[in-house]
Amino acid sequence: MARVVVDVMLKPEILDPQGQAVQRALPRLGFAGIADVRQGKRFELEVEGPVDEAALARIHEMAETFLANTVIEDFVVKVESEVSAEVQS
Amino acid sequence: MTLDTVKHADETPDVEQPWQELGLKEDEYARIREILGRRPTGAELAMYSVMWSEHCSYKSSKVHLKQFGEKTPANDAMLVGIGENAGVVDVGQGYAVTFKVESHNHPSYIEPYQGAATGVGGIVRDILAMGARPVAVVDPLRFGAADHPDTKRVLPGVVAGIGGYGNCLGLPNIGGEVVFDSCYQGNPLVNAGCIGVMKHEDIHLAKASGPGNKVILYGARTGGDGIGGVSVLASETFDDTKPTKRPAVQVGDPFQEKLLIECTLEIFKEKLVAGIQDLGGAGLSCATSELASAGSGGMRVELDRVHLRDATLSPEEILMSESQERMCAIVEPEHVDRFLEICEKWDVIAVVIGEVTEGERLEIFWHGEQIVDVPPRSVAHEGPTYHRPYARPEWQDALQADDANKLPRPQTGEELKDQVLKLVSSPNQASKAWITDQYDRFVQGNTVLAQPEDAGMVRIDEETNLGVAMATDGNGRYAKLDPYTGAQLALAEAYRNVAASGAKPLAISDCLNFGSPEDPAVMWQFAEATRGLADGCLQLGTPVTGGNVSLYNQTGEVAIHPTPVVAVLGVIDDVNRRTPIAFAEEGQLLYLLGDTREEFGGSAWSEVIHQHLGGLPPAVDLDREKLLGEILISASRDGMIDAAHDLSDGGLVQAVVESCLRGGTGARLVVPDGLDAFTFLFSESAGRAVVAVPRSEELRFTDMCGARGLPATRIGVVDGEEIDVQGEFSIALSELRTAHEATIPALLA
Repeated sequence: MARVVVDVMLKPEILDPQGQAVQRALPRLGFAGIADVRQGKRFELEVEGPVDEAALARIHEMAETFLANTVIEDFVVKVESEVSAEVQS
Repeated sequence: MTLDTVKHADETPDVEQPWQELGLKEDEYARIREILGRRPTGAELAMYSVMWSEHCSYKSSKVHLKQFGEKTPANDAMLVGIGENAGVVDVGQGYAVTFKVESHNHPSYIEPYQGAATGVGGIVRDILAMGARPVAVVDPLRFGAADHPDTKRVLPGVVAGIGGYGNCLGLPNIGGEVVFDSCYQGNPLVNAGCIGVMKHEDIHLAKASGPGNKVILYGARTGGDGIGGVSVLASETFDDTKPTKRPAVQVGDPFQEKLLIECTLEIFKEKLVAGIQDLGGAGLSCATSELASAGSGGMRVELDRVHLRDATLSPEEILMSESQERMCAIVEPEHVDRFLEICEKWDVIAVVIGEVTEGERLEIFWHGEQIVDVPPRSVAHEGPTYHRPYARPEWQDALQADDANKLPRPQTGEELKDQVLKLVSSPNQASKAWITDQYDRFVQGNTVLAQPEDAGMVRIDEETNLGVAMATDGNGRYAKLDPYTGAQLALAEAYRNVAASGAKPLAISDCLNFGSPEDPAVMWQFAEATRGLADGCLQLGTPVTGGNVSLYNQTGEVAIHPTPVVAVLGVIDDVNRRTPIAFAEEGQLLYLLGDTREEFGGSAWSEVIHQHLGGLPPAVDLDREKLLGEILISASRDGMIDAAHDLSDGGLVQAVVESCLRGGTGARLVVPDGLDAFTFLFSESAGRAVVAVPRSEELRFTDMCGARGLPATRIGVVDGEEIDVQGEFSIALSELRTAHEATIPALLA
């Protein structure tokens, strides 16, 4: 099985209250030097069968209609290496 | 990228400007050039275009809205009327209450969660800006057909957004409505109301007077929210390489708003502000021009001092941004340090962006260069006024002639029973608990009544138990059949709901949702509805304190039903005297108050059984409504009734089913002489209520009704575990409960 990752981020212009909360907390905890924080979501999809063009098209559709709210979010689809390889490492 | 300064605009009069893309008409653009004596700069064009939009200038509606001022009834309770952020009424014991309803329809269709959430945030800031602590919210909602797939996208998002934002603020949601109708399919109505409480001396107004006073912007940083329109200006005129078209969606941060509320209330308490305004639609353009024109007129703003979330924003975009959770205050110089100190304590960003000046110009600078030099009144108040043509639509006669009273009626007891079950389980008449349970109705511990009661009610003084009640109502089906009467029926129903809870109606706010004003038929509906509402308020003695107009609610050429939503605010001296809807005590007598006629036009029965809309809506008699209200309030105060439920859509049977299910008891009903069972159960005649009277109070109650001339008919008794209509049918409570409560979860959960 192969793993496909969908990263979802709020569009750059959209307010990110969670990211701002993290950013405000950083200096309080002694972590200096961070100008901005944006927080997103990561989906790891274990795909049955080959990750071919048809499978990726399906994942794109899935991301566009369900995983991401494209009115306010962008997403990126990435194919990762075989899952088994990662388990061994 | 060249900055379009005032000087530059002077020197380049012939530059093409994207006024059309910004929604301005040719004559409007010409008028701006005439006012300024030159072409506007990009920033000025941005300000004028947004402030002269329908949303901000009320250019199509204001010729009709002025009736609300002209027909204001004499009412000692009014402290602040139309024109401020929200109206204020006196509720006694030194308290004043401010309330308002606004729409957030279009944003909620695009992005249901954030659209609805920021709708709540916006109305809460309006109330805060008057000097009041927000204490409760209400949400009148309208969606497309309940079984349409898109409703399943829009409704859960809207409900979660309202719940999420309101619950985070710690504000109870005490009422509202949920209505389904396919006319709202492509254009749901998300209206939001808020109630705030203060002492009389705490009222604050939106004005900037006193040259030398500082202008402080505080709250969230400014980002590129809600400036989809103006991106035309930024990208096409000044910088073709700008990458994204800015989104029209705003994202709210309720925790930031909570800080803003507490911070602002502390600032009020120390009397540090001379004027204040929230930032909503049109952002800084609106706040600066309105504050300046309501004061002495002069203001100077250094726009580059504004804290930004996105450093690439152009000055035009900063002026137009609708970033949420921001306020603008006018502060005397000696109070500035303390003001900033309080903001810092609450972790709220605050910066002095300018000052009030002598003279009558609003001047805005960007890194030392002047980009705006305008008379602020011309931006805020002297926008275009349209006398749009209006005409009674051709189809109106045919619609009214299609008489619902002629529809086939149930003939047997079995048919009646079947139609009762269909009625109470239809999406519009079914229990909305699945929706309202997602809102926190009791946070703060002052909620006395909330959904599904007739009106929401909160206690505002823990010592004296003084309370306020609010109900919102609107029936688009009635208004479609006759907009004048429909608007009055909305008013009458909300008034009746407040009175049924035991509170005395004082004043109203409205949210007028209509289609395109460029359609003469829609404009006629609007003109009729506003006339009906103004006449009705005059007769009932409840002034309009403010509200909101939402136009262009349509999908393609098809407008929504005209939907005037009315919120009535009432006061009750002691919330322990409130009247709930529940029939809880077996043996109590049921009385029907008012007259029942054969009135089925626009009724729930005609919709559910025949999918029909036609005929005339029920007749309105506002003097009767007033009398009914007085009886309900007196009976509540003197302990003559234990329950009351207003009769509206669905008629008597709907009210009795709701009251029985709420109390967990049954009822035995007898059809009164002179009425047939069908009319008795399903008619929607206005000016009626059903009450439960303890036997010991019966004589006192009927004597009071008799003496004051209100028809009161004994129709049955609270008893058993079924609803039994003598000689017709009976239905077990458990069967009714399943029918009433299963519908909405089955469709949406």
